[in-house]
Amino acid sequence: MTPGTFELLGFGPQGWGFLLLKAAGTTIAAAICGFFLGSLFGLLGAALKLSSLLAPRMIGQFYTTIFRGVPEILIVYLLFFGGSVAVTQVMNLGGFPGFYSLPVFVIGVIAIGLVSGAYQTEAYRSAFLRLNRGQIEAGAACGMPRHLLLRRIIAPQTLRFALPALGNIWQSVLKETSLLSVIGLTELLRQAGTAAGSTRQPLLFYGIAAILFLIIGRMTGAALGGLERHLAKPWSR
Amino acid sequence: MTSPMQANTANTSPVIATEGLRKHFGTVEVLKGIDFSARDGEVISILGASGSGKSTFLRCLNLLEMPSAGRLHIFGEEVGLRAGKDRLRIANRRQVDRLRTQVAMVFQNFCLWSHMTVLENLMEAPVHVQGRSRAEIREEAEAMLARVGLTARRDAYPAQLSGGQQQRAAIARALVMKPRVLLFDEPTSALDPELVGEVLKVMRDLADEGRTMLIVTHEMAFARDVSSRILFLDQGQIGAEGTPQQLFGGGHNPRFDQFVSRFNQG
Repeated sequence: MTPGTFELLGFGPQGWGFLLLKAAGTTIAAAICGFFLGSLFGLLGAALKLSSLLAPRMIGQFYTTIFRGVPEILIVYLLFFGGSVAVTQVMNLGGFPGFYSLPVFVIGVIAIGLVSGAYQTEAYRSAFLRLNRGQIEAGAACGMPRHLLLRRIIAPQTLRFALPALGNIWQSVLKETSLLSVIGLTELLRQAGTAAGSTRQPLLFYGIAAILFLIIGRMTGAALGGLERHLAKPWSR
Repeated sequence: MTSPMQANTANTSPVIATEGLRKHFGTVEVLKGIDFSARDGEVISILGASGSGKSTFLRCLNLLEMPSAGRLHIFGEEVGLRAGKDRLRIANRRQVDRLRTQVAMVFQNFCLWSHMTVLENLMEAPVHVQGRSRAEIREEAEAMLARVGLTARRDAYPAQLSGGQQQRAAIARALVMKPRVLLFDEPTSALDPELVGEVLKVMRDLADEGRTMLIVTHEMAFARDVSSRILFLDQGQIGAEGTPQQLFGGGHNPRFDQFVSRFNQG
């Protein structure tokens, strides 16, 4: 007797519920880690692009051109294969023969970080350009050293101006974690695929995966929207 | 009115002094060597046509604008400047930051920090730059807000205030640091005409207290009534200098008379 829909999605011996939830957890973890790594790259990229010197500007421009221009799945592949080659080389040189590779989760997070960082670069850069120069001068005129200006005036306002764009980038990061299925990370899409294959119920499992993506996206989106409204309060009349 | 006070302060060392201060933007020479000094208790209005370099001069005094050449003394201390590519550079940032806490500035566009309430704006620098205790500074900030008539608006954000209220808050923000000199860069130029009076009144009170003030302004009547000295900048140089009586009486300096008459015609 074949199990019914309820049992397939449940947490019993024939149910996929636990594995699907675990995969959803992997998806969220990869998205969060990748997004925050991307924030670091984004802040660095924005600093480079805003530099008054030519060389840093060109490095920043190169970074955003590459990682916004090359399809993300290609970046994932390149990091996956390039990463193993590099790690193997290093290990062999260090006297450990054999073949090595990085955990797929780590590669996935780096790939998402690099690509979303390129988009976050633009979000932070344009937010910084929206800052009122006078308010920064007012801080300097009070004797604020640079680090204090950055922490008390520039950072909070830049974050507030960047937040709407960051919210969009977060939503696409969340979806793009599904590309990591191609290198074997058991995230939501890959787990749904496995379940679909072994139960021959693709519509059910891909449908469930879609619903789970939507739920995660809506919940995090609502949280970000709340933060955005909170930070926007001083600017409303 | 002003002459006894000047006699009083004539012997004290200047609070701010410049020697041969020059500034150029590209090939345009905005300041062509200004020798100037301000003494304790003086209220000096800096007048001049637009493009005469008066705002640039004021901004050079706290180094928001870097001069191209010249020397700057604040409270008798020479400010360290070193040669740069097209202008001088700050030699010692800590010295400048320290002096800036004593030389407060009020801007044309108020420049309150828009992510902070009025009260937070007042407390920011005393707490984070001067390291004074929150409780102590809160009391002083509230007293200062009462003085400029903004007690009811202390928890409002700058965007929720009128221009006049914002500028009064900005003056309070400057005062709460207990500066020895106040710089005003066209403090009423961005205000609607009906809001100018409330800001000038606050400034007039400060002048009456004997505060040292340098004011770049287009308010001729205010400059004439409140200043102890007028500095008239003309094409990047000091065109005339003297008491309001001397200058506004006419006949002292033809360029200044011309400037005033053009102004009165509006």
